[in-house]
Amino acid sequence: MAGFPRHVDVVVVGGGNAALCAAISAREAGADVLVLEHAYKAMRGGNSRHTRNLRAMHRAPTATLTGSYSEEEYWQDLFRVTEGNTNERLARMMIRKSAELLDWLGERGVRFQPALRGTLSLGRTNAFFLGGGRALVNALYLTAEKLGIKVFYDTEVRELDIEDGVFRSAKVVSRGFAYEVQADAVVVASGGFQANIDWMKEAWGDAAGNFIIRGTPYNRGRILKDLMAKGVKTVGDPAQCHAVAIDARAPEFDGGIVTRLDCVCFSIVVNKDGQRFYDEGEDFWPKRYAIWGRLVARQPKQIGYAIIDAKVVGNFMPSVFPPIEADTIVGLAGLLGLDPLALERTVAEFNAAVKHGTYNSDALDDCCTEGIQPPKTHWALPLDVPPYYAYPLRPGITFTYLGVKVNEKAQVLLDTGVASKNIYATGEIMAGNILGKGYCAGTGMSIGSVFGRIAGEEAACSPMQ
Amino acid sequence: MLSNAIKSIETPAVEEARRVMAICNACRYCEGFCAVFPAMESRRELATADLGYLANLCHNCTACYHACQYAPPHEFSLNLPGVLAEVRAETYEKYAWPAPFAKLFRRNGAIVSMLAAFSIALILLLTFVLQDPEVLFAEHTGAGAFYKIIGHGVIATVAGSILLYSTLALAVGFVKFWRDGIYQLSDVARPASLLGAIKDVATLKYLGGGHGDGCNTKDESFSNQRRAYHQLMMWGYILCFGATSAAAAYEYGFGWIAPYPFFSLPVLLGTLGGVGLLIGPAGLVWVKLQSDPQPMLVQQFGMDYAFLALLFFISLTGFLLLGLRATSAMGVLLALHLGFVLALFLVLPYSKFVHAVYRFAALIRFGLEERREPAKDAFS
Repeated sequence: MAGFPRHVDVVVVGGGNAALCAAISAREAGADVLVLEHAYKAMRGGNSRHTRNLRAMHRAPTATLTGSYSEEEYWQDLFRVTEGNTNERLARMMIRKSAELLDWLGERGVRFQPALRGTLSLGRTNAFFLGGGRALVNALYLTAEKLGIKVFYDTEVRELDIEDGVFRSAKVVSRGFAYEVQADAVVVASGGFQANIDWMKEAWGDAAGNFIIRGTPYNRGRILKDLMAKGVKTVGDPAQCHAVAIDARAPEFDGGIVTRLDCVCFSIVVNKDGQRFYDEGEDFWPKRYAIWGRLVARQPKQIGYAIIDAKVVGNFMPSVFPPIEADTIVGLAGLLGLDPLALERTVAEFNAAVKHGTYNSDALDDCCTEGIQPPKTHWALPLDVPPYYAYPLRPGITFTYLGVKVNEKAQVLLDTGVASKNIYATGEIMAGNILGKGYCAGTGMSIGSVFGRIAGEEAACSPMQ
Repeated sequence: MLSNAIKSIETPAVEEARRVMAICNACRYCEGFCAVFPAMESRRELATADLGYLANLCHNCTACYHACQYAPPHEFSLNLPGVLAEVRAETYEKYAWPAPFAKLFRRNGAIVSMLAAFSIALILLLTFVLQDPEVLFAEHTGAGAFYKIIGHGVIATVAGSILLYSTLALAVGFVKFWRDGIYQLSDVARPASLLGAIKDVATLKYLGGGHGDGCNTKDESFSNQRRAYHQLMMWGYILCFGATSAAAAYEYGFGWIAPYPFFSLPVLLGTLGGVGLLIGPAGLVWVKLQSDPQPMLVQQFGMDYAFLALLFFISLTGFLLLGLRATSAMGVLLALHLGFVLALFLVLPYSKFVHAVYRFAALIRFGLEERREPAKDAFS
């Protein structure tokens, strides 16, 4: 590899989908582009390597999407999940531009799956990457290489030199050596800060020490913090993150999709004290998994245990980690380190409260409890057929909501209210402009791609040049 | 208790395949790549025989390895094509017939090479011992020229019996593989799944990477090289087989005795096929040499190289024979060529060739499963 460059036209901080869309756009617009990826090559791609699809507006069926998905419907879906914590102008622009993404990415080597098998019914709204996010990342890096974009792995951007809202240079450490690179523009695509546990503790206290980070360990928010300190406006609740309940045995980082658990709505979930704490059967799991991260985070030691009996084992997707198994509730409590009497009492009370109904795992059925708090409003069956199984749950953090505020040109906005002339942002670091709350599958990738393209094009012909 | 007892006798490869597939089954990002993933997803439990089926369904295109977010150095360290290659190698031994010959799959490269050497030496030696040197080094032309070197009866008896034996051994392997599954032997002939499997083989669909751009070899980029070279080799092999059959038809049907003129069916088919058998195997060796060995089974490379070399040299000596058949070198070249051919058919059931048999069987079974053909209970 050539020596580290001292000057380029556009420097891109980060190496996921958003960063690469920006880099490719800038290069295609004629700029000399440098991509700085903190991870080493095998782990490149940030959280994109764990993604699976993107949500795209389309007026008629395409090779990979069925039916149609209008701007209005997409907007309504976004408005609903964010509960209005969004920016309608930016969101609608993103939605309209998402219609071009499948062709744009396809022309740059990304392959999509023709039709989806399996249980997810997202074939109309979401296009699935053939082979998943890492395949997408591979394709974009291959395209970047072909275009002559300079990519440096194992290269962390430590600090941006910014004068009066104008970017001058980036201080980096590349494979152990310090450099400074000047550029006419910078695109910041370095993700959120969820892998920075100390920062997470500022909002969550020591509880954050028990969080599991579902994606890349490299999203530590270093440049986000740097920008905040240098007069860039933020957006999004600094204390909030997308938190789902995942298997507590997942690795600390990078466990990705396979650590999810789909058993909660067929179970009772107890905390460290053997007590239930929320209605497990409130709604279908895809509509509830994102609240359970926060629910478990509020329990002592941030742990929960989903307990089922032999009757319902076949009702959910197999999990990576085998369940903990015992022939009696007391035995199970022993294996989980719970107070056996407390767990036995909880199960007995629950069983006694179950009202007989017609069980149907595919519908919001009428099997519910009566007279206990919290209730279980659907799929409530007594736990009475051994063996009994338990899955331990912990909060799994997907991303943080705090980001930098941007305009339609993907320029970051300064505290003074004006847009920076040559600092652009895309991806998770600015997704909070549109996704201020909640989540809508595949939207993060759409935001990153759309704003990446804009940021790249704008940066390539930024006023500094 | 029973399941524990069964587990304890399983090979490390089978246990690793089960571990990997449990994670694959929870992820499913790769389901668009090939038949292995839908076949895997339709099972909640993976019996050892099922793993053997999935392993033979895998074409080792390695697309899933390069797309895997859990591949090494991730702590899950998933390498599905690598472990399936190991399981596949174990099925070659498991289904070999007769069973004691299963050991021939170990150090197969050395065994195939030695056998080729011995076959050539044997034929050369016998020709030298049994044939008058004046005949051997004389020029022979016209009908029956070849049989002046090695008698018609010898060729017909030796070739016929070895071909018969190899076919029988391969057929028994097929049946053993099939019996380990859920379908009856008669289900093989169901037209939809059989034709589907033939089409998949003819087009090498699963070396296309799921998108038609080919498989991964050296890195995460895709290439159709391997598919193209394999096509040349496979169709070359089929054409050469056709040439031999045409020659047999000429001789026994019409009484026309070899050698045949260049513009005859046997020679044209043989020449066309021979070109495929030169370029195909050479290209496959070249592709293999630059492949990322991680998702492949390096221990099996000897088997692959030996078989590819054998095909290459059969073709090379065939062309030499064709070019020099009117000269005094014909006798020795014929012995050399037949030596390589003898070696090929001797080792056929214990060589890389078996992959074609089991993969074809696996593709037929996949077709049956996809069409949800009702399976008879394995224990009924």
